[in-house]
Amino acid sequence: MSEDPSQHGRLVIGELALEALRLGEGRPLLILHGGGGMEHAPYLDALAQHFEVIAPSHPGFGGSPGPEAINTIDDLAYLYLDFLRDLARPDAVVMGYSMGGWIAAEIAVRDTRDFSHLILVDPVGIKVGDRWTRDIPDVFAMPWEEVTRRLYHDPERWLPNLEEMSDEQLAIIARNREALALYTWEPYMHNPKLKGRLHRVDVPALLLWGESDGLVGRAYVEAFAAAIPGARLETIPEAGHRPYLEQPERFVQLVRGFAG
Amino acid sequence: MQAWHFSENAYPYLPDERTFDSIRVTLPNKHYDPKIGADLYDRYIDEWLIAEELGIEIMANEHHQTATCVDPAVPIVMGILARETRTARLLILGNPIANRNQPVRVAEEMAMIDVISRGRLELGFVRGVPYEISAGNINPTRMQERFWEAHDLIMRALTTHDGPFNFEGKYYHHRQVNIWPRPYQQPHPPIWITTLNPKSAPKIAERGYIAASFLTGFDVTKEIYATYRAHRDTIGLPQLGLDRFAYAALIHTGETDELGYEGARKVLWYLEANKVPPHFANPPGYSSVEANVKALRANSLAGPQAHFGRTSVEEQIAKGILFAGNPDTVFNQIKKLYDHVGGFGHLLMMGQAGFLEHEETVGSMKLFAEEVYPRLKELSHAAAPVAGSGD
Repeated sequence: MSEDPSQHGRLVIGELALEALRLGEGRPLLILHGGGGMEHAPYLDALAQHFEVIAPSHPGFGGSPGPEAINTIDDLAYLYLDFLRDLARPDAVVMGYSMGGWIAAEIAVRDTRDFSHLILVDPVGIKVGDRWTRDIPDVFAMPWEEVTRRLYHDPERWLPNLEEMSDEQLAIIARNREALALYTWEPYMHNPKLKGRLHRVDVPALLLWGESDGLVGRAYVEAFAAAIPGARLETIPEAGHRPYLEQPERFVQLVRGFAG
Repeated sequence: MQAWHFSENAYPYLPDERTFDSIRVTLPNKHYDPKIGADLYDRYIDEWLIAEELGIEIMANEHHQTATCVDPAVPIVMGILARETRTARLLILGNPIANRNQPVRVAEEMAMIDVISRGRLELGFVRGVPYEISAGNINPTRMQERFWEAHDLIMRALTTHDGPFNFEGKYYHHRQVNIWPRPYQQPHPPIWITTLNPKSAPKIAERGYIAASFLTGFDVTKEIYATYRAHRDTIGLPQLGLDRFAYAALIHTGETDELGYEGARKVLWYLEANKVPPHFANPPGYSSVEANVKALRANSLAGPQAHFGRTSVEEQIAKGILFAGNPDTVFNQIKKLYDHVGGFGHLLMMGQAGFLEHEETVGSMKLFAEEVYPRLKELSHAAAPVAGSGD
């Protein structure tokens, strides 16, 4: 797999061939994207100076097929556990963003034999508040302008320009939206059992959180960190839900400092 | 041809629509006065009873969390009508079965209505409009799959009479299924399924169910019916009669064209009042990726679901979505559509909406029953190519 010369490679897991970005050489860094899908942004090239970046599109997202049998976060966790087993690099790093952080946490509570470090970036996946309160605001019940505002510290910079996009890019927006709903609709953005299982995580864990995140709040990410033994939480100022886009240098520095 | 009186039991007494984002899902129910609501239920149920007196059949549906249709549980209103009527066929179109977590409960409700009405139930299933997703608390992805699984379980529940069976599907699990009562009609009431899109016609066609298209106008309706017939040919099944095709439109018949148009203007409330923001009108996965790409290409994240906004009687008549005018005019408009699409056996008439008063609603129904309906019956009688039903 790692000899694939193309940057837009594939990741073959069992019978499933996922679209994947494959960049650089070195210690494997498996990146599990969030609801917006996987995009080739400059910070990935910076990470690729130090890691072998492996960034698949989850089933149903981007250009990856969405088989009928896969429809839960649980399915995705087992899929990547299989991949990590095949990779056979116990020094690998698993990093997940938002919904991908949820997948990464589900992986870590199951089996940590095939990787050494866990990074969760503005993750969702646990239930923190009471039953009358949505921990994560319902992105399916608000205008896209508001979703964008909540995603970024500086939303104006990141408004999508639909006119410049190809039909293929527009199809990816539609597919990503659909796949996000498939995996996270109910229970919304969390597994009621996950928080109680996080004590099982026995690899070093780093949580990164963009201080302006309008979806994952401070109390939430603090509760997440508190539930993982020995986990460290770093706050990234002037960044929202996607700190790797808004503060790429700081982000790469923190990842390297933890697992480089 | 059979004509059906259809009313959504709207509650139109709302604040200025500029003061709220959505008439569906989020509009606070403090704007609903239960005393006015009680009067409205009396009135709308009376109108269905008058339809029966006029020889018109009865149709009801359900929507949730909306002022446009205060019938969140269609089995309740149809249960009342099952007891209050004696002769009319009772069409539920339909049960939003992809949104209901207990298909067996749907089977029980339907069997009960069929027995109370002594076999007058016409049983419809619908996927449900996109703004039902939040109110129904249902994942909008893979709905077709869930719909057909629910359908299979309901049909098995309605037709199994030798003791319980168990069901362990992808979406539903049920133990000891053995409904009491069982349906009055054997093997089961006639089945209807709505379709707004030719793509969903084949599955209806292969089962010989009645395909009902809603406000689909001249060309889409024609394509739906043609797809139904073509699929029957493809899989080697015989063609069925016009009673397998239904068309739903808005209607208002007046003494004169002017009066017909005046009433129709009020019926258009159904389209115009439907203010729904994109995140409820186009939930993720409800529409196809292709449809979403087209909408995004139009530089809109609002999605592919059309919003009528302000419209005119003339525009909707031209589209075949509204029939309005004096009895001759209404007949000719229906016949024009009927001829264009290759005929249909059921006309589903949205005869009441918004601020259309009781007298106006009933006046239109009477004129239709006396002067339009007899001509429509002759029309379909002459045109019907094949008799029979597929159920």
